[in-house]
Amino acid sequence: MENSNSAVSLRNITKRFGATTANDHVTLDIRKGEILALLGENGSGKTTLMNMISGIYYPDEGQILINGKETVISSPKDAINLGIGMIHQHFKLVDVLTAAENIELGLGGKLNLKQTAKKIQEICSAYGFEVDPNQKVYDMSVSQKQTVEIVKVLYRGADILILDEPTAVLTPQETEKLFTVLRNMRDSGKAIVIITHKMHEVESISDRVAILRKGQYVGEKMTKDTNAQEMTNMMVGHTVALNIERPEPVSPKPRIEVKDLTVLDEEGIVKLDHVSFTAYSGEILGVAGISGCGQKELLEAIAGLQVTEPGSSISYITDDGQKEELIGKDPLEIQEMGVALSFVPEDRLGMGLVGSMDINDNMMLRSFRHGHTAFTDRKAPHEVAEQVVDELEVATPSLNTPVSRLSGGNVQKILVGREITTAPSVLLTAYAVRGLDINSSYTIYHLINEQKKQGVAVIYVGEDLDVLLELADRILVLCGGKVSGILPGRNAIKSQVGMMMTHMGGTKGDEK
Amino acid sequence: MTKNKREPLIHITKRVNIPIWFPLVVHAAALLLALLACAVLTLVMTGENPLSLLNSIINGSFGSSRKIWVMLQNTAMLLCVSLAVTPAFRMRFWNIGAEGQTLIACLASAACMILLRDVLPNWAIIVCMAAASMLAGAVWGLIPAVFKAKWGTNETLFTLMMNYIATQLVAFFCVVWESPKGSGQIGIINQRTELGWLPVIGGQRYLLNVIVVGLICVAMHFYLRYSKHGFEISVVGESVKTAHYVGIKVEKVIIRTMLLSGAVCGIAGFLLVGSTNHTLTTTLVNGRGFTAVMVSWLAKFSPFWMIMISMLLVVLERGAGEISTKFGLNQSYSDMLTGIILFFIIGSEFFIMYRVHFRKPGDKEGKLNV
Repeated sequence: MENSNSAVSLRNITKRFGATTANDHVTLDIRKGEILALLGENGSGKTTLMNMISGIYYPDEGQILINGKETVISSPKDAINLGIGMIHQHFKLVDVLTAAENIELGLGGKLNLKQTAKKIQEICSAYGFEVDPNQKVYDMSVSQKQTVEIVKVLYRGADILILDEPTAVLTPQETEKLFTVLRNMRDSGKAIVIITHKMHEVESISDRVAILRKGQYVGEKMTKDTNAQEMTNMMVGHTVALNIERPEPVSPKPRIEVKDLTVLDEEGIVKLDHVSFTAYSGEILGVAGISGCGQKELLEAIAGLQVTEPGSSISYITDDGQKEELIGKDPLEIQEMGVALSFVPEDRLGMGLVGSMDINDNMMLRSFRHGHTAFTDRKAPHEVAEQVVDELEVATPSLNTPVSRLSGGNVQKILVGREITTAPSVLLTAYAVRGLDINSSYTIYHLINEQKKQGVAVIYVGEDLDVLLELADRILVLCGGKVSGILPGRNAIKSQVGMMMTHMGGTKGDEK
Repeated sequence: MTKNKREPLIHITKRVNIPIWFPLVVHAAALLLALLACAVLTLVMTGENPLSLLNSIINGSFGSSRKIWVMLQNTAMLLCVSLAVTPAFRMRFWNIGAEGQTLIACLASAACMILLRDVLPNWAIIVCMAAASMLAGAVWGLIPAVFKAKWGTNETLFTLMMNYIATQLVAFFCVVWESPKGSGQIGIINQRTELGWLPVIGGQRYLLNVIVVGLICVAMHFYLRYSKHGFEISVVGESVKTAHYVGIKVEKVIIRTMLLSGAVCGIAGFLLVGSTNHTLTTTLVNGRGFTAVMVSWLAKFSPFWMIMISMLLVVLERGAGEISTKFGLNQSYSDMLTGIILFFIIGSEFFIMYRVHFRKPGDKEGKLNV
């Protein structure tokens, strides 16, 4: 093997968690001057493997070689000393400190922020970052925070960088910027590993792909010699159809009418500003926007979980045209009218499910009030659980397993599956495929399409614009809590949507 | 695998799929180790034979039928208070005010016995005592619950301070109702007439308490495991956000659950005054409100485990008392022994949740160490 070029070599790495084997004798090389995309379905062991390189976990078996020398990495500090830096999905920054202070944090020695700032500027100009060392973290956008995280590991002298789903929170424009920086770093000889589920990103950024399946190393390919279909097949183990169907809506009728919806958050900051639109039955209304532009508040307002300002109106329109106001009703009444919210919040388990409860009990969250006795009916939810696990192919040891032990994809399948079994007339979903592997994502798209065909009005908040453009019948673009525009999904152009996400109406010069 | 000096020596991993029998085995092992430690300590400090000490511990609770009944009665009362705090704990409402909730119920019971003795027939007094104690306990639980639900106050501090209010109120009424005059104590209430005394059934003074608490235990098990209320309590405890999302009214659940908690404490108070002691003092509850917190936690909020844990604690306490009298050691020594035993049992929780691997040179696999 071309060891001279290897920054990190993993040899027969095995890691077990109780009865599950997260990594099973994985052998893998990470090379200098190359961007490696690590692919695999949810729960295939990508993050575990990278956590062992960055000192968070310690392997049960196998060796790790850094620059050809066998090494023991027993703590994140060891990893930093070896020049390994990992950028996690969740940023680990202190909000009230500046960029420079965050970067300096945890390093010994005397605090000399001027010198730090100078060094930060050097790093930035070397790779094309933009960081203001004196900006406070709470003033930063998600992408700026990510930049600080990357600069932080470079500042500590990292020349092996691992990025875990870095684009999940970025707009297309920001993603492009990140990729430019990554390419610059590669060209200067750094070894880069990126974990992502978005195939078109793998194709555009990586030089080589390595694929894991169920904890085992399946193989590697040079990116230029392969394509999305082949990579997906390797990941899943069988052929997967990579197209999203989009049937024409059948006799759409107005179902939810939102008028002048205004929402302020706890600090009185406007999150939604006079938002008006109508969602139709049998139609998927996609909602696009950079994160924190009011998507969450929009769905929560419809579901009755959000306090709205006077003058706002959300009406539910029945099949015979009768309007009923939803504002002022409590979440339970709204649910009983057929509005299902399969909201997947940032922390995934946060709202829809109870992590420590098993699958049966989580199904029961929706139905536990059924029946007239003081006791719960455990049979019905158990049957629903069996049905969901069976139909959506949820990988779980048993129905009695706490859902927090399942991988992200399976958790989401349970949530979406449960919401769909309530036979909703309106389905609200946010980030339904966040962090899901390609196979599970397509299962979810399929489920959503099935609901649409049955005449459900679907409001789909998504972050992958490519998917949104393929799936949605209409796309509502939010920008800073305002409706930037509503486009027909069939001939919308990605760059146009991207522009509308950052500038009202898609034109520059409207900036606040 | 090549060895390296810097490999971590101790490796801690979380256990998955813990079998049901496992905590029992670990606790039993911890208890044995604790007894061993006690034996060594006793041998070193007093020179007594450790086996005779063990014998005395057992003798303290099982030595005679009277001792067995006292142990059962104490177990029942501790269990009752433990059952009372459990619904609140499952809701992550840290109610450490069971002491006060029980004591205020004792006050209510005693008040009924004293104030109604010339007014109502015996059965009516007992009904009033039961109702008044449950109401008093429930109100003592309700006050912190309302503040928590409406204004988000800290329930731990609030319930703790309610204890002192209860103690002071009882101290006040002990003087108001003192008998004989000038003693500052109430003494046995209605000693001659036995008005408000709960009936003795089956010829055993304490049998009634044991039966009542046994029934509460079964009821609590079904309430927590199988009722809609129980499910709501679990959801609120795990995630308030999820509770809102599925339309559970969190404030209502908090208030309702604390009413229940307080009312069950009320029953404990009723039994303490009406059946066990027939008197009222500020120390009547005897710290059970706090011990109950430990019982509930050690039993992982499961009512049936609580039976065993509370019995274990009572046996230890009585055993330690027996030792100090028999060997002429003072009360502090028995406290020390109880402390050692609790230390081992609580410490063993760690080994239930986690696995410790030691790596020794030449060992490929980590070794399990309990």
